[in-house]
Amino acid sequence: MLTEEHEALRTSVREFAREVVAPVIGEFYEKHAFPYDIVRRMGTMGLFGLPFPEDAGGMGGDYLALCLTLEELARVDSSVAITLEAAISLGAMPIYRFGTEEQRARWLPDLVSGESLAAFGLTEPGAGSDAGGTTTRAVLDGDEWVINGTKCFITNSGTDITSLVTVTAVTGTNPDGSKEISSIIVPSGTPGFTVLPGYSKVGWCASDTHELAFDDVRVPAANLLGPRGRGFAQFLRILDEGRIAIAALSTGLAQGCVDESVAYARQRHAFGRAIGDFQAIQFKISDMEVRAHTSRLAYYDAAARLLSGADFKRAAAIAKLHASEAAVDNARDATQIHGGYGFMNETPVARFWRDAKILEIGEGTSEIQRMIIARDLGI
Amino acid sequence: MNIVVLVKQVPDSGAERSLRADDNTVDRGAASNVINEMDEYAIEEALKITEAHGGEVTVLTMGPAGASDSIRKALSMGPAKAVHIVDDALRGSCAVSTSKVIAAALGGLNADIILCGSESTDGRVQVLPHMLAERLGVAALTGARKLTVDGSTLTIERQTDEGYEVVTASTPAVVSVWDTINEPRYPSFKGIMAAKKKPVDTKSLADLGVDASEVGFAGATSTVLDHAQRPPRSAGQKVVDEGDGGVKLVEYLATEKFV
Ligand SMILES: Cc1cc2nc3c(=O)[nH]c(=O)nc-3n(C[C@H](O)[C@H](O)[C@H](O)COP(=O)(O)OP(=O)(O)OC[C@H]3O[C@@H](n4cnc5c(N)ncnc54)[C@H](O)[C@@H]3O)c2cc1C
Ligand SMILES: Cc1cc2nc3c(=O)[nH]c(=O)nc-3n(C[C@H](O)[C@H](O)[C@H](O)COP(=O)(O)OP(=O)(O)OC[C@H]3O[C@@H](n4cnc5c(N)ncnc54)[C@H](O)[C@@H]3O)c2cc1C
Repeated sequence: MLTEEHEALRTSVREFAREVVAPVIGEFYEKHAFPYDIVRRMGTMGLFGLPFPEDAGGMGGDYLALCLTLEELARVDSSVAITLEAAISLGAMPIYRFGTEEQRARWLPDLVSGESLAAFGLTEPGAGSDAGGTTTRAVLDGDEWVINGTKCFITNSGTDITSLVTVTAVTGTNPDGSKEISSIIVPSGTPGFTVLPGYSKVGWCASDTHELAFDDVRVPAANLLGPRGRGFAQFLRILDEGRIAIAALSTGLAQGCVDESVAYARQRHAFGRAIGDFQAIQFKISDMEVRAHTSRLAYYDAAARLLSGADFKRAAAIAKLHASEAAVDNARDATQIHGGYGFMNETPVARFWRDAKILEIGEGTSEIQRMIIARDLGI
Repeated sequence: MNIVVLVKQVPDSGAERSLRADDNTVDRGAASNVINEMDEYAIEEALKITEAHGGEVTVLTMGPAGASDSIRKALSMGPAKAVHIVDDALRGSCAVSTSKVIAAALGGLNADIILCGSESTDGRVQVLPHMLAERLGVAALTGARKLTVDGSTLTIERQTDEGYEVVTASTPAVVSVWDTINEPRYPSFKGIMAAKKKPVDTKSLADLGVDASEVGFAGATSTVLDHAQRPPRSAGQKVVDEGDGGVKLVEYLATEKFV
């Protein structure tokens, strides 16, 4: 089903994940440290430019190439996978898709090479799933936007190499009385823009997440990303696409649980035999494999629709919902198969267990996915 | 700089490897075949040199038809083209005849630098770089952990057990490298796509003007007569520490004449 080139990319990323990420990521995770050197090497490998055309400095790959890469990375570790996913889907893609010539020329080269990272600030302390509840405001004062508000849980927003955060803000009122929401580029280091200390997270411990405060932050009027008032529509498109990527990442975690469990079931002995000889363990692992496999088929389908220009909204929601739940189920079963060792942070499946839960929450909760599917079914 | 990198396809050293029962050669069907690890460092070094000084990198492989997978992977890292020496008569070639064939192919490639790994993970004879330099009448800079190019002067830090030696030669020369020299790149998607279109020139022994009787089983200067599996590790001896563990360990070392 995949082309020879897609397979070769998968192999290349698999080797990278096993050789470069796997041996060291546990330590970064334990220390809640961002793995700059791994990110640098992902950059030299061209991963941050994957879905962008060559004339934009990218690798000329398609969205499926990005998804395969995320699956292989997450099979070993989700922190590096989400760093790449957010950097592309939420960071560089909006600039590429909605940016002016000047905005692209200024920001994209370093983003597609992975030398810098961009973040997307939508969620606020009082507005997550209901993103229309945004209260951050931007007011035009002469030729500058003045921004005030708070964003929370923003991935890649506070690394040493973060160059910008695109924020959504209320810029006025629509004729129908609803909020006019726009996207504005805020360069890192702009006075009044404060990155708060990193959170203490349950999982994704080697990825970068911060609360952001905007206190009379002034940026040029030209930093508006896309037409004024289109911010809401823009991020809906970005999130639809991003769901396929999160489904791929979830599939990787689900598959990583299978990989680890198969190896452990062969090697661990109890009652005089390998635990893999017990049917209770075999069936558990079979069910895990079924979940990983169907998750993969679901994201392949959504990606194929996206690439063919067909409507992919429902397929993307199905893939994201199914794969994230598969990841959580597989992580629970994999830790069970590992017994007490599965509860020790040094065991990869313990990391998978901690990393799985957010997949049912981020980029649209499971409830929101069900709402999208129901709405698409006309109810 | 015109650089030729020697790339050998070998059975994956991380997987189960074996020799064939019939002719004692490596069982290439059983193992998954990969680029000899050290050769990836040679490719990286060649790319770095041409990125800094200009020029072109060519991959040269002697191996069966299936080695084309490894050639494609090597090309996806960045080299411009490849030469693949493939001929049924090559099976069973010894190191001496391998060097004869590769030297013949190098004759037509006009290389300023011939880069290769210091050893392959299957043969591990570490002689090919020396043999090639001898046959071509050029300098051999072997075991490099660092290579600098200044005009036509090549300087290496030659890694030894005690430290390193600085060795200099002028081009053309053969340079073999260790895995301490750099950090090989992983193929990018652009590189993978580009590799599809890169030319691979296939050469037979006749094309190179080498007589089939001088290579393969026919021309081997040494022959593997027999082989056996390494015996499984024996159970060993357990020392239970009942306060006298240290004494027991030393007693064991003494019976084995280690102390
Ligand atoms: C580690 C991490 C990284 C993140 N990265 C980013 C980022 O880079 N950028 C960004 O903008 N955001 C980011 N987020 C935020 C994330 O997208 C939100 O947390 C998520 O969308 C849920 O919003 P919320 O937390 O406000 O939950 P709420 O919206 O408050 O939801 C609470 C619960 O109510 C349910 N619920 C809400 N509405 C309905 C409804 N209509 N019907 C039924 N149930 C409903 C939800 O499903 C959920 O179970 C990140 C979050 C985390 C934890
Ligand atoms: C099962 C088996 C049987 C063998 N039988 C014999 C025998 O009967 N008689 C005998 O003398 N030797 C025999 N050999 C040795 C074998 O011929 C050598 O491995 C081979 O000729 C080259 O030596 P090497 O790969 O160890 O070279 P090394 O000197 O260790 O390799 C150094 C570098 O040379 C380059 N290189 C080596 N081979 C190639 C190639 N084919 N194409 C491109 N580049 C290459 C690579 O860059 C490599 O990193 C046998 C080896 C095996 C495993």
